[in-house]
Amino acid sequence: MSEIRLQIDGKDVTAEEGTPLLEAARRAGIDIPALCYHEKLKPYGACRLCTVEIESRGRTRLVASCVYTVEEGLVVRTRSEKIDRIRKTLLELLLAHAPDAPTLKAWAAEYGADPDRFEKEPSFCIHCGLCVRYCAEVKGKNAIGFIDRGVRKEISFIPEIALQECENCKACFELCPTSYLQAAYVLTRSLAGKD
Amino acid sequence: MPRFHTPEDLETFRRELLSGRDPHKPCISVCVGAGCLASGASEVLDAFRDELARQGLEAEVDVKGTGCPGFCERGPVVVVYPEEICYLQVKPEDVVDILSQTVKEKKVVDRLLYEDPASGEKAVKESEIPFYRHQERVVIGDNIRIDSRSLDDYLAVGGYAALAKALSGMTAEQVLEEVKRSNLRGRGGGGFPAGRKWEGSRNAPGDTKYVIVNADEGDPGAFMDRALLEGNPHAVLEGLILGAYAVGSREGFVYVRQEYPLAVENITRAIEQARSYGLLGKDILGSGFDFDVEVHKGAGAFVCGESTALMTALEGRVGEPRPKYIRSNVRGLWEKPSVLNNVETWANVPLIINKGADWFTKIGTEGSAGTKIFSLVGKINNTGLVEVPMGITLSDIIYKIGSGIPGDKKFKAVQTGGPSGGCIPESMLDLQVDFDALSDAGSMMGSGGMIVMDEDTCMVDVARYFIHFLTDESCGKCVPCREGLRQMDKILTRITEGKGKEGDLETLQDLAETAREAALCALGKSAPNPFLSTLRHFRDEYEAHIQEKRCPALSCKALVAYWIDPEACRGCGACLRKCPAGAVEGGKKTIHVIDQEKCTRCGTCFEVCPDRYAAVRKISGEDPPPPLPEDQRAIVKKSEKA
Amino acid sequence: MELGPIDGIVERYGCEPSALIQILLEIQKENHWLPGEALDRVAEKLEVPLTRIRHIATFYKAFSLAPKGRHEIHVCMGTACHVRGAKRVLDKVQEVTGIRPGETDLALKFSLETVNCLGCCALGPVMEIDGKAHGKLTTAETAEVLTSYE
Repeated sequence: MSEIRLQIDGKDVTAEEGTPLLEAARRAGIDIPALCYHEKLKPYGACRLCTVEIESRGRTRLVASCVYTVEEGLVVRTRSEKIDRIRKTLLELLLAHAPDAPTLKAWAAEYGADPDRFEKEPSFCIHCGLCVRYCAEVKGKNAIGFIDRGVRKEISFIPEIALQECENCKACFELCPTSYLQAAYVLTRSLAGKD
Repeated sequence: MPRFHTPEDLETFRRELLSGRDPHKPCISVCVGAGCLASGASEVLDAFRDELARQGLEAEVDVKGTGCPGFCERGPVVVVYPEEICYLQVKPEDVVDILSQTVKEKKVVDRLLYEDPASGEKAVKESEIPFYRHQERVVIGDNIRIDSRSLDDYLAVGGYAALAKALSGMTAEQVLEEVKRSNLRGRGGGGFPAGRKWEGSRNAPGDTKYVIVNADEGDPGAFMDRALLEGNPHAVLEGLILGAYAVGSREGFVYVRQEYPLAVENITRAIEQARSYGLLGKDILGSGFDFDVEVHKGAGAFVCGESTALMTALEGRVGEPRPKYIRSNVRGLWEKPSVLNNVETWANVPLIINKGADWFTKIGTEGSAGTKIFSLVGKINNTGLVEVPMGITLSDIIYKIGSGIPGDKKFKAVQTGGPSGGCIPESMLDLQVDFDALSDAGSMMGSGGMIVMDEDTCMVDVARYFIHFLTDESCGKCVPCREGLRQMDKILTRITEGKGKEGDLETLQDLAETAREAALCALGKSAPNPFLSTLRHFRDEYEAHIQEKRCPALSCKALVAYWIDPEACRGCGACLRKCPAGAVEGGKKTIHVIDQEKCTRCGTCFEVCPDRYAAVRKISGEDPPPPLPEDQRAIVKKSEKA
Repeated sequence: MELGPIDGIVERYGCEPSALIQILLEIQKENHWLPGEALDRVAEKLEVPLTRIRHIATFYKAFSLAPKGRHEIHVCMGTACHVRGAKRVLDKVQEVTGIRPGETDLALKFSLETVNCLGCCALGPVMEIDGKAHGKLTTAETAEVLTSYE
C-alpha cells in the first residue's frame, strides 16, 4: 500500500492509498461532520454533510469526503462559505424531521442552522442507513431493510427475523442518531403481539 | 434460414435478396409504431391485407407494418411505394380508395394528403411535406421502409454492411479511431464524446468489458428511442456489435423500460434473428470475435436512466446511483469497464463506419457533428419526431418543421432536456441547436425532448411540475435531493396556490444550490435546472404569483376565476348544462352568470362556450367584475339595440 | 399459493440473483401482484436477503404488493400530456372510478396509476387501459371510455 501525500486545510497529511478523505482528515485532527459514516461499514455517501472542496489538476469541485479517497497532491478544504452554507441547509432540512436529535442540534449551533426554517414533519428517521447497513454487513442478519424510494422511503423490520434475533442483539440501537430505530423496533414487537 | 460464416456470405445473400425484389413493385408501408397503433393502425393494416386477399392481389402488391416515421400527430401514416406518396390519418374505410386509385390507377387520393395549415397547399410525396422537407433523416429515415420484424428487410436497405466491412477489413482500433474522429457525442443527455468513452474502456485493465444500450428513455415527452428501438432494432444492434468489437467486449445488455412492450418484443426478436444468421454469438462472420447480448427490462424508475443506477439495476438491485468519482467506463457494471450509450448514439455507429467520419463531420456544427432526433411535442401543430442536423435554429424547428403554434396562440418557450433541462424563451429562438449552445442558454440537449409552450402555459407551474416529478422519482438516498426537492415542491406548490411568501425565491435558490453542489448523482444535481431557467427568463411570473397572487398565463387553478362577459353571452345555456357544480345561473334569453361561491374553477364552462360567443373569461389577480343585477340580464336582440 | 410456477420462473433465469428484477416482473405479470409467499420463495431459492427483495418490490413502480383490479388504468402525466391538460383527465378518472392513483376499487374492477410518459406524446393527453392507448382525450371522452369497461 503506497503512502499518499496531500494537503487538508493547509496541513500536510499522509495517508495510505484507498483511505477516504474523511478518515485522513480525522486522523490529522480535523473534524468533518458526517451522519452516515461508520468505520466498520462500506462508505455510503448519503447524508452529504461531509462535503468538502477539492482541487486537483486545475479543477475545483465538491465531493463527499467519506467516499472520495486520497490522491497524491490533492488540496482539500473542509470549510468555506459555500460548504458552510450547504451544511447549514442540509441540517435545516434534517431538523424538520428530527428536531431533538443531539448531534443535529450540536452541528446546528456550529453552522447557524435554524431548526424552524422548514415546516416540521416529525418522521424522525433521517435515512442515514446505519441500522440497515450494520445488520447486513456486520451482523449478516438482514433483520431490517429499506422499502420504497424518495420521500416515501422508510426503514422496515422483517418481523420473523427481528423477533428471533434482535432482542439479544440491539447492536444497531446505539447507532441511531434520532432514536427512531428503537421506536420502530418497539412497534414491530407490539404488532406481533409481543410485550 | 441462412447463416453467414463470412462477410462474403452476407453480401452474396444480400445481392440475391435484392435481385429477387422488384423495386417497381407496389409496396404499401403502414406505420405500426406505438403512436400510430394507438390511432388505429393495426386495423388499417388488417384492412389492406383483407382487401388484397379479397381482390386476389397478394402476389402483386406488398403490404407491410413498418417502423415509425415520426409524423405521429397525423397517424396512421401510410406511404405507397415506389412513388413515395404519403397519406395521413388513414382509416380502414380509405383502404379501398387507396388500392383502386393509387395502386392501380396511379392517381392520388386528395383528401388523405398533407395540407399546410397556413397556405392550404397539399403535398404528395413524403419529402415534399414541410414537416419532412427540412429534416435530414439519416438515422430514422429507414423506419418507414422496413418491417421491424424482418432482418431481411434491414439487409435490403444495406443493413450489417458496416459490420461486414469492419470485421473483414478493419482492426478494433481502427473502428474505435473512426468513431473518435467522427466526434460522435452521446445522444442520451450528457453529450460526452463516445469515442473517448470507448477508448477509456478499451485501455482499462482487465479482460471482461461490457457494452450497454440505455433504452430507459425516462424523460417525459421523449420517445425517439422508442421509435428507433421498435422501428429499426437491427440498426441499434449493429451499432452495439461494432462497439463491442472496438472496445473488446464479449457481453452486451439492452436495458429497455418495461413501459415499451413493443420495443422489448422487437429487440428481443432481432437478437434471436441475429443469432441464427450468425451475426451474434461465437466467431461472428468468421472473424474470431465472440459477442452476445441480453435484454433486461426496467421496472418503472426514472432514476434507472442514470448510468450508475442502470448498472446497479442490471445487477438485480434497486436503482440507487453510485458516486462517479471513478468513471463507469473504467469501473462500472460488476466493477468492470462498461461502455453505456444511448439508443440513438448506437444507431449512428453503422452510418459512421459505412460512410466514414469525414462524411459525418460535414453534418452539424464544429462542436456537435451529425444529426439529432428530437421529439417535438406540446403546443405545436406538427407533433412528432424530427431528425435535423445540429446547428439548425430553434425557430426553423418550430416554424418550418412544426408549422408553428396551434390556434394562433403566441409562442412562449420551448423546454429541452427534460427534467434536467431548461426553458428557452422567444428572445432566443435563433439559437442554433447544439450541445454547447443549449448549455450556454441555461438548458441542455438532454435526450431530445422538445416541449413547446404557449401563452397559456404558466412557467411557475412548469417548474413545479418538474420538481414534483423528480420528488416522485428520486431514489431517496441523499439528503439534498430527497429533502431538498421535497421542500422545493412544497414551496412551488404553495406559490401556484396563491400562498407564496416573501423569501420563498431565496429559499428556493438556496435549495437549488444545495442540490446542484452536493447531490449524489446527476438526477439531483440537475433537478433545479427547470426552476433556475424559468426564474432566469420568467422572473416576472414568479413575482406576480407571490406578490400579486396573479397567474399571468391564467392557468393556476387557485388563482383564476371565471366570469361571463354580459356583452358576449347569448344565453345558449351550454355552460349551465355542463357545469358540474351547478354554479351557473341563467335561463332562456338571459345573460348567464357564475356564482363564485359555488364555482370549483374546473374550466368546463370555458371549454364548452361556443367559439362564436367566447363569453366565458378568465381573470387572475383581481376579483371578477360583479354580475349584472338580475333585472338587467335580459338579452336584447342586436337588432333591437339601436 | 402455488409455488411451482414461482420455482419455474426462478429456474428459467438460472437462479441468478442479478435476474431478480426480471423474475419479479414475470411473477407480477402472471399474478397481477406479488404475494408475500412469492417473495419469501424467491428469497429462499436465490439465497438473497428478504430485505433486498422487499426493497426492490417497493422501489419499482411496476410491482404491486396488493392485488390489482381487472383493468389497469394508466394516465400519462408526462410533460407533453401535462401541457395538453392531463390533470383534467386524471381528475375525471378519479371522479368516475372513485379511486386515486395507487389505489384499486373495492370491486377489484379498476386500478389507477399515473405514469410518466407512454411515448405517445403526439396524442396527448393519453390514458392507457389494459395496454390500449386512448389519445387526444377530452373530459367527456374520458368518462365515455371508462364506462365501456365491464
